Amino acid sequence: MADVVLKAVRKSFGKLEMIHGIDLAITDKEFVVFVGPSGCGKSTLLRLIAGLEDITSGDLLIDGVRANELTPKERGIAMVFQSYALYPHMTVFENMGFGLELSKVGKAEIDEKVRRAAASLELTPLLDRLPKQLSGGQRQRVAIGRAIVRQPKVFLFDEPLSNLDAALRVQTRIEIARLHETMGATMVYVTHDQVEAMTLADRIVVLSAGNVEQIGTPLELYEYPDNLFVAGFIGSPQMNFLEARVAEVGSGGLTLTAPDGTPIETLVATDGVKPGDKVKLGIRPEHLELAEVGETGTISGDIEVIEDLGESHFIYVRYAGGTLLTFRANGLSTVKPHSKIALRLPPNCCHVFRADGKALRRRG
Amino acid sequence: MSGRSALTRARVRAAWSFLAPMLIVLALVAGWPLVRTIYFSFTNANLSDLSNVKFIGFENYLAVYDGEWAGLLADGYWWRAVANTIRFTIVSIALETFLGFVVALVLNAEFYGRGLVRAAVLIPWAIPTIVSAKMWGWMLHDQFGIINDLLMRLDLISAPIAWTADPNIAMWAVILVDVWKTTPFMALLILAGLQMLPGDIYEAAYIDGVSPIRVFFKVTLPLVWPAVMVAVIFRALDAMRIFDLIYVLTSNTRETASMSIYARQQLVDFQEVGMGSAASTLLFLVIALFTIIAIFVGKVKLGQES
Repeated sequence: MADVVLKAVRKSFGKLEMIHGIDLAITDKEFVVFVGPSGCGKSTLLRLIAGLEDITSGDLLIDGVRANELTPKERGIAMVFQSYALYPHMTVFENMGFGLELSKVGKAEIDEKVRRAAASLELTPLLDRLPKQLSGGQRQRVAIGRAIVRQPKVFLFDEPLSNLDAALRVQTRIEIARLHETMGATMVYVTHDQVEAMTLADRIVVLSAGNVEQIGTPLELYEYPDNLFVAGFIGSPQMNFLEARVAEVGSGGLTLTAPDGTPIETLVATDGVKPGDKVKLGIRPEHLELAEVGETGTISGDIEVIEDLGESHFIYVRYAGGTLLTFRANGLSTVKPHSKIALRLPPNCCHVFRADGKALRRRG
Repeated sequence: MSGRSALTRARVRAAWSFLAPMLIVLALVAGWPLVRTIYFSFTNANLSDLSNVKFIGFENYLAVYDGEWAGLLADGYWWRAVANTIRFTIVSIALETFLGFVVALVLNAEFYGRGLVRAAVLIPWAIPTIVSAKMWGWMLHDQFGIINDLLMRLDLISAPIAWTADPNIAMWAVILVDVWKTTPFMALLILAGLQMLPGDIYEAAYIDGVSPIRVFFKVTLPLVWPAVMVAVIFRALDAMRIFDLIYVLTSNTRETASMSIYARQQLVDFQEVGMGSAASTLLFLVIALFTIIAIFVGKVKLGQES
């Protein structure tokens, strides 16, 4: 139906440049999620695609047609807002049909379209209600329904779940995933929640300070983060980072020296590093392994806090230099607080980042 | 349980001690004069001698002397004043609401120097009515007024117009000045209503390709309507007791006299305190009735919303 291409898109507000030349190709029917911390420009980028903000320079192409100067309607987009943006004085039916009226659509056809969309979102019994008589989740469904009836080429979602409680968020997330499957439309989705990004996206665009940090499938980002920012942003709890030095450059990877002097084997590309270089060693909490205290090649520290979640547990370990490491394992914890613990770092799970933040690609 | 009621008692005491000063002041400056006015309206009191008054019942309002109806309700001049007041209220408020809406919409838009324009628009409202009435009185003066001078120079009129003296025009002159003075007030109240509207629904409408005119009539107008109604009620209560503007511009002319003008004339010019008080009492009743209706209608609306 529609692909969306951004070519060197920039956006300035006055003298302040918010989006620094973004290139991105979203293919037809793809579900792309923009993710990043607040202020990274992800919502601005979405508003540029929507036509709510003017593009300062660069090109936006929808279906191969330059869309910079087109109105949102001509672009064939529909948008779901974080605040739902429902008309407070209109019923659910009127809210969903408002955008259709005057678009040379007959009354009967509007009625049919609205009712069909309402049925698919289980909104039929609510059609005569006003927005304030609805719960947050229902309002969100109305907002989605209003987008559906327009049958847009591209759906835009601006943090649609952030005003919902946790349980509803999961439910609506699944609904959006289902919607994407049945509608077969291109979807662009903005969130700061990396779980939403990981679960919904075909591809994730990680943004930071108006720049693209990495574009890839959820698992690519998880397994092979390009840089420190992506490594720290994707994954929950966050990846552990240790300051380390390169001890030896081998044929298969690097041998690093951890802050407490422990040698750590890694399996990564070795381009651009030499012995003595300062690097960052990253390892995800779920990849650390419990070891015997005193075992060679392990790092050890004092257990500060244990969080038992039933199916898994987190152990927070105070390591040399004051770094707090997170260790995640299945089942219940078997260790005691404030005792010593040793952790093994499997070489194939270690991420190594050069001083400039770039990752050395893992070979594991 | 007893501890809680003690707490409640303490709260009630605190509430009354906070309310008391205001209630006393209100009783002194509003309650007492009102009661006295209503009392005088049932007497034959005269301004020259208020110590010797006789209770005459409803004679100030309506009485029969020698088979002739007399009293306020039989006075054509009074009914003329009522008609003038209603006409003034309806026409001036209609114009002020329309113009106020236009000004509010302009001020609600983003443009350079908006803060300055907002402040400037308020100037007519900030000028005391007496001052603006005198000012307009001079501007509308039939011989020396700038308005006539301007219109003559532009060849729009051949002879000076007696704006405030011509019975056919005087009321329009009064309305014109009132509109000039009060439109900013309306604009400000409506602007406050406009700024309460959520911005996101306008973006949603823009995304959906709804035309701005349609958005205005289908979204802005219905949503800002409660604020407009509040402004209209405020203004109506104010307009019904109009006095200073008319008094300064046209004095006691029958064609423009309002209920307040009539009351003052009876009270001061004719020294008929009883009659004047009766007129004031009726004016009070009209405004009270309007207020009650306004509150009632407002409540009904709120009831529908929730």
